[in-house]
Amino acid sequence: MSDGTAVRSFPVIIEPLLAELSGEGKNGIAVPSPFDAALCNGISAHTRMPELPELSEVETVRHFTRLSRLNFGIETGMYPLGSCTMKYNPKVSEEIARTIAAVHPGDETGRASVLEWLVSLKGILEEICGMDECCLWPAAGAHGELTGMLVIKQAIMKKKERRTKVLIPDTAHGTNPASCSIAGFVTVNIPSGPDGFLRAADLKDHLDKDVAALMITNPNTLGIFEQEILEIARVLHENGSYLYMDGANLNAVMGIVRPGDIGVDCMHINLHKTFGSPHGGGGPGSGPVLVKKDLAPFLPVPRIERNGSGHLVLQDDFPDSIGMIHSTYGNVAVLLKAYVFCLSLGPQGLKEASIRACLNANYLKSRLSTLFDLPYTTPTMHEFVLSDKKQKSSGVTTIDMAKALMEYGFHPPTVYFPLVVQGSIMIEPTESEPMSELKRFVGAMEDIAKKAAAAPDDLRTSPRGMPVKRVDEVWAARNLILTWKDLNPSE
Amino acid sequence: MSFLPTSPEDLKDLLSVIGIEDVEQLFSAIPKEARHKGPLKVEGPLDELTLRRRFQVIPLRVVFLGGGVYHHFIPAVVDSTASRQEFLTAYTPYQPEISQGTLQAMFEFQSMMAALTGMDASNASMYDGATALAEAAIMATRIKDIKRIVISRSTNPVYRFVLKTYFRNNHEVELVEVPFDPTTGKVNAGALEKLVDGSVAFFLQQPNYFGVIEDMGRVSRIAAKAGFWGVVVGEAASLGLLQPPGSFGCDVVVGEAQSFGNPANAGGPLLGFFCTKKEHIRRIPGRIVGLTRDSAGNRAFCLTLSTREQHIRREKATSNICTNEGLCALRATIYLSALGPRGLRDVAVQCAAGTRTLMSALEKKGIKPVFTGEVFNEFVIPMDTDTLKNLQGSGIACGIPIGPNYPEMKDAVLLTMTEMNTNEDIRCLTELL
Repeated sequence: MSDGTAVRSFPVIIEPLLAELSGEGKNGIAVPSPFDAALCNGISAHTRMPELPELSEVETVRHFTRLSRLNFGIETGMYPLGSCTMKYNPKVSEEIARTIAAVHPGDETGRASVLEWLVSLKGILEEICGMDECCLWPAAGAHGELTGMLVIKQAIMKKKERRTKVLIPDTAHGTNPASCSIAGFVTVNIPSGPDGFLRAADLKDHLDKDVAALMITNPNTLGIFEQEILEIARVLHENGSYLYMDGANLNAVMGIVRPGDIGVDCMHINLHKTFGSPHGGGGPGSGPVLVKKDLAPFLPVPRIERNGSGHLVLQDDFPDSIGMIHSTYGNVAVLLKAYVFCLSLGPQGLKEASIRACLNANYLKSRLSTLFDLPYTTPTMHEFVLSDKKQKSSGVTTIDMAKALMEYGFHPPTVYFPLVVQGSIMIEPTESEPMSELKRFVGAMEDIAKKAAAAPDDLRTSPRGMPVKRVDEVWAARNLILTWKDLNPSE
Repeated sequence: MSFLPTSPEDLKDLLSVIGIEDVEQLFSAIPKEARHKGPLKVEGPLDELTLRRRFQVIPLRVVFLGGGVYHHFIPAVVDSTASRQEFLTAYTPYQPEISQGTLQAMFEFQSMMAALTGMDASNASMYDGATALAEAAIMATRIKDIKRIVISRSTNPVYRFVLKTYFRNNHEVELVEVPFDPTTGKVNAGALEKLVDGSVAFFLQQPNYFGVIEDMGRVSRIAAKAGFWGVVVGEAASLGLLQPPGSFGCDVVVGEAQSFGNPANAGGPLLGFFCTKKEHIRRIPGRIVGLTRDSAGNRAFCLTLSTREQHIRREKATSNICTNEGLCALRATIYLSALGPRGLRDVAVQCAAGTRTLMSALEKKGIKPVFTGEVFNEFVIPMDTDTLKNLQGSGIACGIPIGPNYPEMKDAVLLTMTEMNTNEDIRCLTELL
């Protein structure tokens, strides 16, 4: 193991459940009681105390600290999850986001400066994407997709048209079809071309007056830029259909291509990917939607508007709007983190981030494509897809190699997606990785390739040095133990 | 600051391994006409100190604001443990062996939310209360042959707006609102009785948007005739005091749990939750963590029932949600662990007792609540916009005007008390009235 020396950073901890640590009468955290509890006597309160475990403060802290040590974060090491853009999350963004913690959304004084920042962020995102208007409120990428498709639906209805179909290439993101369904569309899966990008000529075969939009991911999930995008936009527009772009892979093209300049009518972006806000183990994210002028009237409310006296206010009287999509106005703290990220980098830094992301990915592809099958030789950008074709003959599959990577101190890549490649391994290093980490990753992959040939059984039983061994996901689905009560039904 | 770690020397190495001379060659597959010319018009780069100086906010001094987002005490242990990078910077736990921390914490979140709501199961979070309600309504239409979604008009207006947005292209289902009793502020039981039948999915907020505690015994006897019914909880702190909504036999309890360890953050992120009876578990939206075992037979956790989800079921998925509010759910889990049953009960009791203290103080000034119904920690009073603006000028946010959403109560505000408010706050307000 030359460069790929294992980093055994995982402790062996079997941490009990909170319920198992609970003991009656342990000190919880005290809450001041200035008001007379007897005043509540009129309420028909529950006779029993809330069903929660009782722990001392030190046990709570230790429990969660120990759990955290069973996790892998971007600060632990490289996290090459394809299409997830796991880049460094700047500390300054976290620090600044905390400044709004105590602002209530109904506090017009406190939120005044927050709205100013949001307007500036909106402007930056519109500039990066080359789009005319932006709604910041969607709370995640899929929420953005839904919002964008509702906007398109509304525009179609306004034109008194009846277009029900949305075309989705097989290299698009997995959430797209479900978002379209909720927005009231029927989706049609269309195959991408032999080189991993959609041909305008093939698209034409699927176009008719019932097509509302094409929902394309660009660069797509193979990391390939949609080379015929200009022609695709042209034939779509000629057909009266919209071009929706899933901007989850925007990290490849900041300052290089602006979606608005290549005919995109509507798109969403993922601030928790491209703009460096942390993913939090599954959110909170943020998925702003950007549109061209003609779709702007349909964007959600509220909208931030400047009133007569120059103050920013939230307004919701826009009759063409699809309505509200969130309880307040989005994941404001996440928006602020993205804003700080953009200001930190500046125009050149944003472009440089995309260039380095592409450089790092192409470096890894060059180094790894001799050892692993590279199903598409088309040039790729910030990510690329390998497969397990070369290893399969010795009985080693993608999942085995993914699990083995953990033992080298890496989070596995995205696996078995996109579906166009069997046993796909989708690698996205991002711009955050230094040369040393890239080399270490190559070393680990080389080692795994060697083991796949020489000692396949080792890989098939990996990981062995993690807090748990290979986890039985089938057992979980069969037994459905979803709470403490399911574990001890008698209690 | 660009946070880029590659040295000029490394850059040369990268280019030579790739086999190109210039980074421009990386983009050779992009048509020339598609390329952006010239620099982006974006401010920056700015250094950390400049940035930190720029972002300052001064919230109002005294705040009686709620209406769906609440100021509650957050013990220091929440920030210190939830901000550990292993939690903060991790992705969704698709690979269980390397994500046991997030997974076990989510399992504990599900366990505590299910226990507090009195339901069998919970998912690992939703975006917010409004989308949790909307997704519950969608789920109802997929389980039963639902023709109408009936919702109490005293449910948070923004929740109803979001529900409307989610259903705007579903022409098979009608949205109907049940009026509230103008005296008590509770749902109008007579009107409800007329609306509910087997083809109806019924939702009601408890305590309702006006803070009024609904008579769940009575409501549930009517709601039992609905094809599906759910309780919406807008203020999770109420779960510390009131009888769990699930004990009244509803199909789902959904809502907003920002109150558990998450700051107001000018409006977000919030923390939607989704709890259900076990019979519906295969139909619910979002991530679910299950307990399982590893190949050595030890206890382990993983995401489960993913065959419901968008990445496998594609357009037939129960929902499109994937990224949710994981870190907010983790914060709630730490918060509930830190407070324990007595802490949570104390919070709820102080909210309710403080509210009553504020009510009597206002009544001494001749200001009586609009509704007679018993409340939890919010209530509506008559107040015109000028008074509200004047108070704001003195640093007091005296509630949310509800007139825009309830035209029949043009000059009325919704006041909220939590354990964060003090007797001094009450004095500040009443002195100015």
